[in-house]
Amino acid sequence: MTVPSGFTSGVANPGSTMARAAERAELVPVIGLEVHVQLETDTKIFCGCSTEPADDEEPNTRVCPTCLGLPGALPVCNEAAVEAAVKVGKALDADIPEETRFHRKNYYYPDLPKNFQITQYDAPLCADGELEFSHEGTRRTVNVRRAHLEEDPGSLRHVREGPADLDVRTTSVDRADYSLIDYNRAGTPLMEVVTEPDFRDPREVRAFLEKLEEVLEYLGVFDAGRDGSLRIDANLSMIEAGEVGDDGAIDEDVLESANRTEVKNISSHKGAEQALSYERNRQENLIKRGKAVEQETRHFNETHGNTVSMRSKEEEKDYRYFGEADLPALQVSDWKERIAIPELPDARRERFRGAYGLDAEAASKLTSRKAVADFYEQVAEEFDPDLAAAWVADTLLGELNYRDMAVEDVTDRLDEFTRLIELVATEEVTTKNAEEVVLRTMLDEGLTPDEVIEREGLGTAAADEVAAAVAEAIDENPDAVEDYHAGEGGAINFLVGQVMQKTGGSADPGDVNAMLRERLDG
Amino acid sequence: MTATDEGDASNADADAVDPDEVRHVADLARVDLDDDEAAAFAEQFADVLDYFAALDEVPEVEDEPDLVNVMRADEVRDGLTQEEALANAPDSEAGFFKGPTVS
Repeated sequence: MTVPSGFTSGVANPGSTMARAAERAELVPVIGLEVHVQLETDTKIFCGCSTEPADDEEPNTRVCPTCLGLPGALPVCNEAAVEAAVKVGKALDADIPEETRFHRKNYYYPDLPKNFQITQYDAPLCADGELEFSHEGTRRTVNVRRAHLEEDPGSLRHVREGPADLDVRTTSVDRADYSLIDYNRAGTPLMEVVTEPDFRDPREVRAFLEKLEEVLEYLGVFDAGRDGSLRIDANLSMIEAGEVGDDGAIDEDVLESANRTEVKNISSHKGAEQALSYERNRQENLIKRGKAVEQETRHFNETHGNTVSMRSKEEEKDYRYFGEADLPALQVSDWKERIAIPELPDARRERFRGAYGLDAEAASKLTSRKAVADFYEQVAEEFDPDLAAAWVADTLLGELNYRDMAVEDVTDRLDEFTRLIELVATEEVTTKNAEEVVLRTMLDEGLTPDEVIEREGLGTAAADEVAAAVAEAIDENPDAVEDYHAGEGGAINFLVGQVMQKTGGSADPGDVNAMLRERLDG
Repeated sequence: MTATDEGDASNADADAVDPDEVRHVADLARVDLDDDEAAAFAEQFADVLDYFAALDEVPEVEDEPDLVNVMRADEVRDGLTQEEALANAPDSEAGFFKGPTVS
């Protein structure tokens, strides 16, 4: 993080009473979000072009007259995009109005082939929702003003003249000689979720985004791993702490009179926290110095962790929103009843605690990704839920995380992990060997658990083999036996170590300890 | 509809397009107009709006009911090849459309 900490009070103008008053008043940030999420459909929102980029795909190969904005081409709405949006609305407990419509938002930029973007203006698909999430141990609810459907623009590449490879010549917009445009992304369905200005802390924003992604992933309408699948614009203003009511409410006039900035180009949870922390400190510094915060649009620079002023030509009225006459209205309020959504993370968390007796932390870890929760549930049905929880939440996720892998990377091997847990549950391999050798080798070399156990000779030692090793250890170490009888505590550990060595770690140390004591005391 | 009630284009009201409005929109669209051109377009817009005013004279007819819920299944359809997509582009490079940098 390169966010400057705190404000420099020495800079405040001591002659200004306003500055002194401002210096005394504690300021709090008021934050609202516009979150753009890419909906997982097979085709674009208004045409039949695929939304799935091929590996190393060529530019302009997933395009058609509609998404290229060619004259005469007509958009037709993708039913799956509307269904996905209704699911999101349902999960956010939003209203789906009787009728919803599309609009044209007019602006001129090369990534927009039609010179307008099809979006929704005054009749969004979802209104008045909310999302509950946990932040630092407390439950918070943020109100969602609206959520609507729109199309993604294409992507631009700014380049310099020259003989070198295109990648080498790609640069920033102000250094470029010309621009190249790829419309493969144009028309990808997006849902824009707009919150009320309910956040009071950049960290809260991060917790909210994590929860939103969790819910979207459960709904099966979102792929967090996809590049550019989440893009955030955030607005922030600073107001005096005294203006915040006990219930967190702020008078509308107070909000209206505070100048706010809109920060664009945020593409991750961490980036959102970073951008907003920077912006909070920047505005606080200005106000403490008696200066005005300019109402403007700012661009988040992820590399530098700061925000910079961005000249925006358009004002709201310049977009000249008007109804998209090529797309008839949608009447889908009854879809809310018709379309089922799966059990959501909060509900599942509670159920896991009750049904499997898990603590809050384990239940939380096991439910944050749907694939993990599904896998845990499958294992917990067959084996001890506590053992399953430890294996899935700690061991497996820990080893995956260590290798920068996610559960998505091993979904086709879940039965192998089930087999490993079975081997542990039936004591055919020790927990230690299962964790430290078998699982790691499985992940690193792609072997099955049985293959690893056979290759490494890790099967749990048979009882008679352990008994033989115990007898040998006693025979070979008369000094240690003597020390044991003399009451020296360390002697037994030495003998256990000898037996473990002889059995290649495949015996249970607790059992060995008991067997030794039985022999020595008998 | 921005036509004047009087139906008189010379009697410009607040809704009429003046040269300043033309320059503003041209600026948003990155179109470079000189003063004469802006004035000429303002005049032409007034003419165009005047033509549309004729629609006010059209008698009310019974509307056909509006369509609703026209949607398609989420099935991939063949689009254009890269070559076809770029066929009408004035300039292209490495499969991309090519144009001046716009900030």
